[in-house]
Amino acid sequence: MALEHASGDKRFKILEVHMKKHQFRHDALIEILHKAQELFGYLEDDLLLFVSYKLKLPPSRVYGVATFYHFFTLKPKGEHTCVVCMGTACYVKGADKVIGAVQEHLKIKAGETTADNNVSLLTARCIGACGIAPAVVYDGSVTPRQSPESALEHINKWVAK
Amino acid sequence: MAAKTLTIDGKSITAEEGATVLQVAEEAGIKIPTLCHLEGIYDVGACRLCLVEVVGVPKLLPACATKVAEGMEINTDSERLRKYRRMTLELLFAERNHVCAVCVSNGHCELQTMAYSLGMDHVRYEYLFPKWGVDTTQRLFGMDHNRCILCTRCVRVCWHIEGAGTKNVSGRGTKSHIITDLNMPWGESVSCTQCGKCVQACPTGALFHKGSTAGEMERDRGKLEFLVTAREKHQWVVAV
Ligand code: SF4
Ligand code: SF4
Ligand code: FES
Ligand code: FES
Repeated sequence: MALEHASGDKRFKILEVHMKKHQFRHDALIEILHKAQELFGYLEDDLLLFVSYKLKLPPSRVYGVATFYHFFTLKPKGEHTCVVCMGTACYVKGADKVIGAVQEHLKIKAGETTADNNVSLLTARCIGACGIAPAVVYDGSVTPRQSPESALEHINKWVAK
Repeated sequence: MAAKTLTIDGKSITAEEGATVLQVAEEAGIKIPTLCHLEGIYDVGACRLCLVEVVGVPKLLPACATKVAEGMEINTDSERLRKYRRMTLELLFAERNHVCAVCVSNGHCELQTMAYSLGMDHVRYEYLFPKWGVDTTQRLFGMDHNRCILCTRCVRVCWHIEGAGTKNVSGRGTKSHIITDLNMPWGESVSCTQCGKCVQACPTGALFHKGSTAGEMERDRGKLEFLVTAREKHQWVVAV
């Protein structure tokens, strides 16, 4: 459980700052979930728990809201997840080429999962790692300075297994 | 508090401001059919069974969620209302799998009782036969999603009487269902205190005590009302 963003992932910190801006108000839940999805690409259980814990709302409520709106994506069904940051800094440094290569290689579009349920491809909007742009998050770990080659190399490790 | 005068089914009535049409009707001895309403918890107007006609208002209004107003003329019974109520009930039956004969609540079910009293003798809609599971992971209680009518009584008692907030509704449309915490098996829920209030609140056979078989599941709703009165008014009024 990432209640105190024990993972050290900076994105939790950014999300918390955002919640603070909203004074941790219950009625800001949708706003916060938007931000969370922007940062992480999708809403995984530990992320929802983090939000629930910080806003002091029952987890069932947070989950209920997250599943009511089509806009939100819960944990995708792929065994592995690849989240490409498409924020301004990453975009300028070539994130579009990275995602283009991955899409072509896996024959899926962003938001989709390969037919064998091996890889889900998602996008995020600025994950707070502009200094290491373009950044890609492979199975939760933020990886710096990606190129189409390094991205495919990473993904092929999953495919091989 | 300002008093309001109105008529219900031709009867002239004085009511307190802020009261709902349902409350006022009940005090006057006029019975309006309800399903999602439960004494002691706030109303959400989810089931639409309590619809009434208000003179001058073209649409039907839910009695449980409509506040009384000066000069209101309300009808709680008409051919049109009976037609709508039967339709609502039939839709509830068609949405999940209600097989009364083998249900734990057979004979004590509010949905079944309502269908009898409103003269529902068949369902005109095609049953959806959705494939919902039964969660028996909890030590004391079980949940059969196939019998759930999504009235959210369990959600409201869990959050507002027990204060645990274990249950909520996930998804929308035909995908809506009751969840515990982050949609985990009930038995793995961290927040559930196992108080059983949701089981007391459920109008159908969706929530039950483990070990009860067909027709055995009876509930004590008075307990919930008692708790709320005790907490809010500091009055320990035990029904005798
Ligand atoms: S047993 Fe009590 S705490 Fe647990 S879900 Fe039911 S009402 Fe909530
Ligand atoms: S489980 Fe029972 S109380 Fe809860 S929503 Fe379903 S029918 Fe209503
Ligand atoms: S734009 Fe990608 S991390 Fe900021
Ligand atoms: S009792 Fe009024 S809408 Fe259900």
